[in-house]
Amino acid sequence: MAVLDRRIVYHFDWTVFTLSLGLAAVGLVSVLSGTWGGAHHGLDPLVVRQLLWIGVGTALMTAVALLDYRALGSYAYLIYAVAVGLLVVVAVAGHSTGGSRRWINLGVLKLEPSEVAKLALVLVMVRYMREEPPRGGWKAHQMAVPAILLAIPAALVLKQPDLGTALILILLTATLVFVGGLNWRTLAVLALGAVLVAPVGWHYLKPYQRERLVSFLNPESDPLGSGYHIIQSEIAIGSGGHWGKGLFKGTQARLNFLPEQTTDFIFAVFAEEFGFAGSMLLLGLYAGLIARGAWIARHARDRFGSMLAIGVTGIIFWQVAINIGMATGMLPVVGITLPLVSYGGSSLIMMMIALGLLISINVRRYLF
Amino acid sequence: MARFGSREKNRPVPKLDPRITALTVLMAVVLTAAAGRLYYLQVIKHHELSELADRNRIRIQRLPALRGLVYDDRHRPLVDTRPSFDAVIVPEDTRNLSATIERLEKVLNHDHIAEKLEDAEDQGRPEFEPVTVDERLEWPQVVALETHQLELPGVSLQVNPRRHYIYDSLAAHLLGYVGEVTVRDLNHLPDYRMGDEIGKFGLERSLETTLRGDSGGQEIEVDSVGRRLRLLREIPEKPGDSVVMTLDLDLQKAAEQAIGNRAGALVAIDPNTGYILAMASFPAFDPNVFAGGITPANWRALAMDPSHPLENRAIQGAYPPGSTFKIVDSIAGLSDRTLTPETTYFCPGGLYYGGREYRCWRKQGHGTISVHRAIVESCDVFFYEVGEHLGIDRIAAWAHALGLGKKTDIELDNERTGTIPSTAWKQRRFHERWYPAETLSVAIGQGYVTVTPLQLADLAAEVANGGTLYKPQFVKEIDALDGSVVKSFPPIIESRVRIDPQVLEEVREGMAGVVNQPDGTAHGAKLDNVIVAGKTGTAQVVKEGQGVRLKEDALPERYRDHGWFIAFAPVDHPKIAIACIIEHSGHGGSSAGPVVKAVMQKYFEMNPPQGGPPPKAGPTANPVTQPADQADAQTE
Repeated sequence: MAVLDRRIVYHFDWTVFTLSLGLAAVGLVSVLSGTWGGAHHGLDPLVVRQLLWIGVGTALMTAVALLDYRALGSYAYLIYAVAVGLLVVVAVAGHSTGGSRRWINLGVLKLEPSEVAKLALVLVMVRYMREEPPRGGWKAHQMAVPAILLAIPAALVLKQPDLGTALILILLTATLVFVGGLNWRTLAVLALGAVLVAPVGWHYLKPYQRERLVSFLNPESDPLGSGYHIIQSEIAIGSGGHWGKGLFKGTQARLNFLPEQTTDFIFAVFAEEFGFAGSMLLLGLYAGLIARGAWIARHARDRFGSMLAIGVTGIIFWQVAINIGMATGMLPVVGITLPLVSYGGSSLIMMMIALGLLISINVRRYLF
Repeated sequence: MARFGSREKNRPVPKLDPRITALTVLMAVVLTAAAGRLYYLQVIKHHELSELADRNRIRIQRLPALRGLVYDDRHRPLVDTRPSFDAVIVPEDTRNLSATIERLEKVLNHDHIAEKLEDAEDQGRPEFEPVTVDERLEWPQVVALETHQLELPGVSLQVNPRRHYIYDSLAAHLLGYVGEVTVRDLNHLPDYRMGDEIGKFGLERSLETTLRGDSGGQEIEVDSVGRRLRLLREIPEKPGDSVVMTLDLDLQKAAEQAIGNRAGALVAIDPNTGYILAMASFPAFDPNVFAGGITPANWRALAMDPSHPLENRAIQGAYPPGSTFKIVDSIAGLSDRTLTPETTYFCPGGLYYGGREYRCWRKQGHGTISVHRAIVESCDVFFYEVGEHLGIDRIAAWAHALGLGKKTDIELDNERTGTIPSTAWKQRRFHERWYPAETLSVAIGQGYVTVTPLQLADLAAEVANGGTLYKPQFVKEIDALDGSVVKSFPPIIESRVRIDPQVLEEVREGMAGVVNQPDGTAHGAKLDNVIVAGKTGTAQVVKEGQGVRLKEDALPERYRDHGWFIAFAPVDHPKIAIACIIEHSGHGGSSAGPVVKAVMQKYFEMNPPQGGPPPKAGPTANPVTQPADQADAQTE
């Protein structure tokens, strides 16, 4: 392992690498636009930092791609434990902004453990389901461990509160359990159970989270209240038209009609300025990455690699689906970043590490 | 080769395959749905959402144009627009709204501020828009507000233009007033917005489009909280044009002063143009109370006032013309030759007709009397005879020809037509035939006949100018802001009555006698340097038993007769014609006469007759009055 195998370079997955950097570039432009004309008149420090994170992320992605992903199997529980530990630290001593406590201040980086938790959960799930399920698939009782593995970080994330990440954790678990071979009947029972539990879950939602759900169903009911974000985002996207208003010319973003325009609503900033053509390009990049992820999963050398590829692809897919669904008014507003595009060091670096794993999985199938 | 082989060999996890396929399908469906949604928003709904984006960021702020000024005939301003200091609150900018309101109420000593804000809120006004809470602050209030500025966050002073009538109630009925446009008017006035000023009455209303100008607008880009960021586009407002009236400030003042606080009206016109030189009506009102919104209490007080201060009596008051109508009789009779200058009738103080006595105002009678003296002394019996010989329809035809019984078409609203009765009119109106006895009442300007002061001023003008009826106009020209003339208003001839010059001469002589002969009914209106011709009249308010006159003093005021005086001067080259009525004042010569005299005096003070005495006047050459005096002396 010490010597770089030439085959790694030869079989390096340039598709994932290129798509990732393409998306990161789109993200950089969007962050630039989202901060343009703001307090800093021109280049915002945020853009510089994002560029820095992209650099660091690319390096890490490449490094991870060169590693043997199978080694991770042995560290899965440890990584999981560290991630949960970080979530606990956040809960106890986290840095809070806007009523939620999500970050650990490390000076250079405000680490967001919930980003770590996503990858850690994928790892631990894949590790747990590395063995073939029995005939007919996993039984319900065999899912008790994954359920507990999900419940711990999900509960901690919900407490922050970060409904979006909790939702992603649930969806990732569901995806992996499904692909990993859950018994069809159990699947049906779980689906039914989810429907029944939903009202109980509603009970535990924070008032603002409930408001968001209600306003999502009827945004015009209170255009200046909770529905405001949805409407303004739709206006931004729709006013972009075919070709968009052009870089820095999006009035919705420029005039601060969009909330969190460098993170959760960055898609609206991009779509307003680059129009339908731009949003199709962005969606195409994601579709390419997701398709490539699914292809890698299908062609992975082992079940662990295949499942891990599904997990990484799942992170991208669910975040893209929910983020764009939210920005276009198809889904309620939950705080979820757009992978590789939204501003944020933790999410960007974790995402690129995950993509490094994807590359690694693809590379390794030629190595053993 | 190796790649190909290894791929074949390494199909490691076949069991996962179908589920990965299922997942891939799910992901494809979801991403396609997202693409579809984006197509819907960015292509199908693009137009609609673009508009919303613009509406989001662009606020249109109207810049109302400054209303044009109104000048008198010598370019002295009568109406202008002055700044009014208004207190406004931007609710968003106050830290604690209720505390600010409380403090503001104390500072302004005014306690309706909270209500105004609630009203604004009810109208759905956004938080960042200023709400006017108090208007036309007095200077001490302005100072108080400025000194307490720091304790009143979100409160500011706004200077708004407000219509100002410099001489308060002067010519109020003619100038009119402005008010806020009503919701009903907004439906058919697309250029107006809520809160705009609009001319409601008088000249302000008639010349609304001229005075208003074109309001401009600003397109302002704002951010999500409505903060003004930059000006996108500006269409400058175009101030309204100014109106130069034919009215003369000094003459108008003189007229109003002369009327004093008696109900009545006066119209002075230039007989050679139809231009109105003065138009007064009392009781009047102060148009300033309307500017910037009249309070309901003030409006009620004006509208319900039994003396009708809002009515322009000069055109809206229809009164019996009384003896002034004898001028119509004279012209009609002399023209139709049922009367000659030599015709005499005997006045014993009354006339028996149809079994009833029609009395002359002078109980002892006028004796044998001809038309000249009949006009001078206003003998009723003489004109009963004239009327009887003419018949009602010929009187009516002449009255109509002279412009009575129809609107003068002055550019003011609510002008009354007046009534000139005829057989056809009575048939139409009452489905009754005309009784010849009724003609006698009409002949002395009583009964059904009614006229407005403006119509009688026209009558005087026609006698003065030889039968030309001009359209009465009160606007001489319209000036742009730079002083250039946009439009001028030349005299408009409505009609011309052919009257034999000899007939006119006879009537003019009679009218000159009314003022200048010692026995004339308006001898008091005589001027030293100008020969005034006129005719008095007394309009009965109560139809008493015909001919039976009660002592004026015995009647309560509201039943007393109206006094008329119509006149023109100088008699040979007339420059001014006036009609004046003073309500419930009894005899016209003693009530309206002095008012007209005062106005005439003022006029000739300002426009001295050429070469001092009138051109043809002099010890020898006074063809109009001299023979009249002699004739008078002969008959006496």
